[in-house]
Amino acid sequence: MNDLPRNQHIIASGVVAAVGIWVTYVSYTQEPAAAFLFPRMISTVFVVLALWTFGKAVMGRSKVGAGLSAAAMKNIAPGLIVALIYIFWAARGLGFYTASTITFFILLSLYDPAPHAELRSWIKRIIITAGFLAVMYALFAGLLNVYTPREIFF
Amino acid sequence: MEFVGYLGDVFLPFNFLLLLLGTIGGLILGATPGLSPTMAVALLIPFTFQLAPAQGLILLGAAYTSTVAGGAVSAILLKIPGAPANIATTLDGHTMAQKGQGAKALQLSFLASAVGGIFGVLLLIFLTPVLAKWALAFGPSHLFWLAILGVTVIGTLDSSSVVKGLLSGCIGLWLATIGFDDIMGAQRFIFHPALGGGINVIPALIGLFAIPQVITMFAKGRASTAAEVIVVQKSPIKEAIAEVFKRKRALAIGTGVGSIIGLIPGVGGQIAGLVAYDQSKKFSPEAEKFGTGHSEGVIAAEAANNAMVGPSLVPLLTLSIPGSPTAAVLLGGLLIHGIFPGSDLFDNHPDVAWTFINSMLIGQVLMCIFGLYVAGLAASVARVPHSVMAAVVLGLAVFGSYSVQNSMGDVYVMATLGVGMYFLERFGFSAAPLVLGLILGPIAEANFIQGSMIANATSSITSYFFTGPLNLTLIAIVVASVGYSFWMELRSRRYTSKEEIMG
Repeated sequence: MNDLPRNQHIIASGVVAAVGIWVTYVSYTQEPAAAFLFPRMISTVFVVLALWTFGKAVMGRSKVGAGLSAAAMKNIAPGLIVALIYIFWAARGLGFYTASTITFFILLSLYDPAPHAELRSWIKRIIITAGFLAVMYALFAGLLNVYTPREIFF
Repeated sequence: MEFVGYLGDVFLPFNFLLLLLGTIGGLILGATPGLSPTMAVALLIPFTFQLAPAQGLILLGAAYTSTVAGGAVSAILLKIPGAPANIATTLDGHTMAQKGQGAKALQLSFLASAVGGIFGVLLLIFLTPVLAKWALAFGPSHLFWLAILGVTVIGTLDSSSVVKGLLSGCIGLWLATIGFDDIMGAQRFIFHPALGGGINVIPALIGLFAIPQVITMFAKGRASTAAEVIVVQKSPIKEAIAEVFKRKRALAIGTGVGSIIGLIPGVGGQIAGLVAYDQSKKFSPEAEKFGTGHSEGVIAAEAANNAMVGPSLVPLLTLSIPGSPTAAVLLGGLLIHGIFPGSDLFDNHPDVAWTFINSMLIGQVLMCIFGLYVAGLAASVARVPHSVMAAVVLGLAVFGSYSVQNSMGDVYVMATLGVGMYFLERFGFSAAPLVLGLILGPIAEANFIQGSMIANATSSITSYFFTGPLNLTLIAIVVASVGYSFWMELRSRRYTSKEEIMG
């Protein structure tokens, strides 16, 4: 039997079905029609399959997928929030290298199994972070000549 | 024998250096659990922008080949397959290592990988030009059906649910339509300024393959990498060579099964390894020894998963239809250099095509030589904590996506698709058909429009797309693959229900 709560399947397939309905609506209502010919074909199949999946989820017959446990979500949440702040704000706001260094250090501190009370583990984290920054700078600024946003520091 | 003329290009100093880097780096990356070959190749693409097309492909091809083989290191020494392709290797490889035969297991695995891999690349060398010429007979309707075939085959065979696999393919096809329409210039589904130019394939690939891995590592929390690395005792290589050739049956079964499975789009190395292992066991007079550290198990599994690599590129290089997610990533690598696979590749860029293919051939030998030396280092890298790995992959994904067009929009697209894919995967959706939809969508649409124009001028759309032996064959394969997968799903569900009833 599948232990995954039915509601999780309903929400996931519901979101996909909502996207499918929106894509179909846009495909069939936007002009010029010729530009939406291919999207109409795809969206028709898309919405049929999405509604089928949603229907199965509502009837409790969705069996595939491990879903999300509360424990996994609790583990994911801090890292995901840090990563999203990094990508959607800090990378541009603080500059790529500064933001990457801070994010790297925070993620390392959040998920490193080494005890937080030990000074040695913090020194190790700082050294690994510095190494990461050096490698990224050498690769992207030195080797690939990628000019990234540099707002503060570098 | 055109390929012989370009063999020397592989040995040009810079090309050979890239081949070495790709091979050694790939072996180390492959040994790292959680870093799949597809993800490794996707993360490497930004590093190929400044290289010539052939050089970029040498790096990507070497990484693809050696990540598959490198996965055996952690499978044998840590009992953690580096990639799904190495699952079957764990069964006997780790037991051998526990018995103090770790070095021998590694040697057998790299030797068998090299034999299988070389055979697979030779198939690629001899089949590809023939099929590429044959592909010239393909018109827009056939190419349209081929693109649809690519998405449906992977959607149905690579997914645990046929409907969700096909739905993933549809999502990919829809994502491919975002942006400006090529013919009318109309805006389609541009709901954010970052999508004005459509979805760039490279950041999308990085996001779809790398970000779900990062979040999976987050999900493990502060758990330590508890796997214990088994210390490798020295073992004479001569013994391993003699053993590989003594076990000809396992080697032949592994190589044959891997090559055939590689040619079928959507069926990956994981299946090749397991099928070869199973068949080798069935045909072995020492079947009872399988699972107890028997060398045949390692040889069959590793020969198969590397023999699959070359043939898996045949549909890509001949028909522009990637047969696997990694091939789809390689297609992205070709397209950014303005090279389209198929007959164009062999007619107009033979140097690129043959240097790439030859480098894969030489790469198999290098992988075998260096694999044995790098194994110890690779096993240590495999123990790098998830926290470090997640942060490194996230950093590489952000910098790599940005470097494609120096655009933050690409980074946003990468992150959005990656996070979305993680949650979709948790509910049975699959990244592989989505990626193929994204890559094959423009091919399908362009050929559909072109075919419609021809049909309007000559006959009707129905007769143009639904008649003719080639069209009907392709449609039949699409229907058969979907039908077969539905049947298999229903059958497995029936068995599951029976098991549940039996308690």
